[in-house]
Amino acid sequence: MTSDVSVREQQVLDRIERARRRRAKVKEERITLAHGSGGKATQTLIEAVFLEAFRNPLLEPLEDAAELAIGSARLALTTDSFVVSPLFFPGGNIGDLAVNGTVNDLAVSGATPKYLTAGFILEEGFPVADLSRIVDSMTAAAAAAGVSIVTGDTKVVQRGKADGCYINTAGVGVIEHPGRFGVATARPGDVVLVSGPIGEHGITVMLARGELDIEADLVSDTAPVHGLVAELLAATSGVRAMRDATRGGVATILNEVARAAEVAVVVDEDAVPVGPEVRGAAELLGIDPLYVACEGRIVAIVDGAAAQDALAAMRRHPLGEQAAIIGRVKADPPGLVLLNTVFGGTRICDLLVGDPLPRIC
Amino acid sequence: MRFVDEFRDADKARALSAKITGLCEPGREYKFMEVCGGHTHTIYKHGLEDYLPESITLIHGPGCPVCVIPMGRIDDAIHIARQPGVLMTSFGDMMRVPGSGGNFFDSNAEGTNIRMVYSPLDSLKVARQNPDRQVVFMAIGFETTAPSTAMTVLRAAKEGIENFSVFCNHITIIPAIKAILDSPDLRLDGFIGPGHVSTVIGCRPYEFIAHDYGKPIVVAGFEPLDILQSIYMLMLQLKEGRSEVENQYSRVVPWEGNLTALRAIAETMELRPYFEWRGLGFISHSALQVRSKYAKFDAELLFDVPGVRVADPKACQCGEVLKGVLKPWECKVFGTACTPETPIGTCMVSPEGACAAYYNFGRFTRTRVREASIS
Repeated sequence: MTSDVSVREQQVLDRIERARRRRAKVKEERITLAHGSGGKATQTLIEAVFLEAFRNPLLEPLEDAAELAIGSARLALTTDSFVVSPLFFPGGNIGDLAVNGTVNDLAVSGATPKYLTAGFILEEGFPVADLSRIVDSMTAAAAAAGVSIVTGDTKVVQRGKADGCYINTAGVGVIEHPGRFGVATARPGDVVLVSGPIGEHGITVMLARGELDIEADLVSDTAPVHGLVAELLAATSGVRAMRDATRGGVATILNEVARAAEVAVVVDEDAVPVGPEVRGAAELLGIDPLYVACEGRIVAIVDGAAAQDALAAMRRHPLGEQAAIIGRVKADPPGLVLLNTVFGGTRICDLLVGDPLPRIC
Repeated sequence: MRFVDEFRDADKARALSAKITGLCEPGREYKFMEVCGGHTHTIYKHGLEDYLPESITLIHGPGCPVCVIPMGRIDDAIHIARQPGVLMTSFGDMMRVPGSGGNFFDSNAEGTNIRMVYSPLDSLKVARQNPDRQVVFMAIGFETTAPSTAMTVLRAAKEGIENFSVFCNHITIIPAIKAILDSPDLRLDGFIGPGHVSTVIGCRPYEFIAHDYGKPIVVAGFEPLDILQSIYMLMLQLKEGRSEVENQYSRVVPWEGNLTALRAIAETMELRPYFEWRGLGFISHSALQVRSKYAKFDAELLFDVPGVRVADPKACQCGEVLKGVLKPWECKVFGTACTPETPIGTCMVSPEGACAAYYNFGRFTRTRVREASIS
């Protein structure tokens, strides 16, 4: 490649970066499934519709939970909705998923989870026995996470207007830790950790739908991470941000870090923990595990000097035994996530547009 | 993981890279086309170009079925899906390909029922589960996927399934390669041959490339080392003054192809007189339709299909990209008006499309990425 071509290519790429930074605008006339997938379309919808309308300083950071100051107390408030299909899958069901998901959003905001709400939207004809199973696992999950479900709501819709059972939650936690976390605080020299093997929830649910004729000995990783977070925060003051790697997976979170903090995130593919079942299924389906949802894994951005302490702290917790340092934060090129592949090449790891779609050949 | 890791070994890649560099003649530029979109995807996904000397350029070819489907066929599919009682099934890649009035997701938001399936046989399952619906499978792909469509038609016929049909968009690879070779815009030194297509058609159909056009072609596998080794084999042919068909992917591709699969295609499908390819225009005998013997499974006969030719958007340069005349980033709308979120052209839709692969994985000049990623 001649240098003239390089220069022209760089000009085009700069123009693209400028285009990407423009204010988000929803171009579609109707909501499509891509708007719910956690990728670019979701981000655009949130920024162009919700943030534009509701804009306030507490919402603007778009973190997993908002931090509220009430009197001298610092509270974290989050909300989440669960529409997983199938409702029951290996390793859990929509009930414990709802509790753990809400607890995790609070935990990664640095809060101790305290109280949850539970709203149920039920479809006419839904078996009460199934509802009882869901509620029982919510009870167990709440007990395990040390939270109480203190208020709730029930609505029933006509047959065909919902898919069995949807759950909406809110969660309140108390922030006692003095630190302030946020992906925008990441800076060059920081490291990126994940607390365990990625993608197990997403692949489990995909296989549980029974459309793929792939069988794997795999269970969802759904779990409350508050204990792991507490261990991490007790061990080091170097934590800058934590996220639970749900919809959109680890790659989506790292893109949020790169964008919010105007930094580059460089990931070493061979350092990313991925179990053989997840890897096998993902290879077959042509899906990158970095984009597959987890429900009990966190991504932490930590000061480079505290990297080993943070890693050791995570590994002390049963959920973090396979924790790993998967990458680091650099100054250039800002806003991008780069992957050093196992093969020895380098590529970009961008936000996905919608759900990862299987390739046809 | 076995059967994967050994094909991504960085030490072997470095060794091959050195051998390739050693074969480069000073001052000579080499241009190889990887015909298949799956190869394009592998090249970008693994950062394979980091191993190539600057004098070797890879040109991304037309072998991405989603990329070459013209807009009119998407409109036709949506038109079928809108008819009462129709439930359409399609591969995931198709869902975001834009027609003139939106893609399948948009169409579903407006009321159609187009579902994603992983295999045509799954469509048959959908048909059995929905006896009150007409299930139409949007069939697309080269000879790679045509056999599974053929087998599905055969099974539907055997089981006497009445509510299943195929909207056939299968295309064949050889006419497209010939169109590229006859294109005056492009000078190529050789081809990385499509691996999956070749598992079906074998290696023999490529002989005209070597004999009539004097270009080497190496049928390649889809792991990064496969492609690197194929480039080495191409460079060796050039060095030794040979132009032959070679098979790097012999662990999967038999020289004669898969006769059972070919028979199934021949039984259920026949060549169309001509078919429109996005960017390449009308190419004669380049696509398949359901044979009249199986007419009751042919959605084009069962449903009203407008068949209107829709011109590509003016700004779109997919044609030039598909022929390898332009690099993705050289297209006027690349990355600004045309992005994976709001694609104008098909090359930006499928992960195998050259533009999408470049946008998602390679949107940075090599030198700068290298500087940034070295720890």
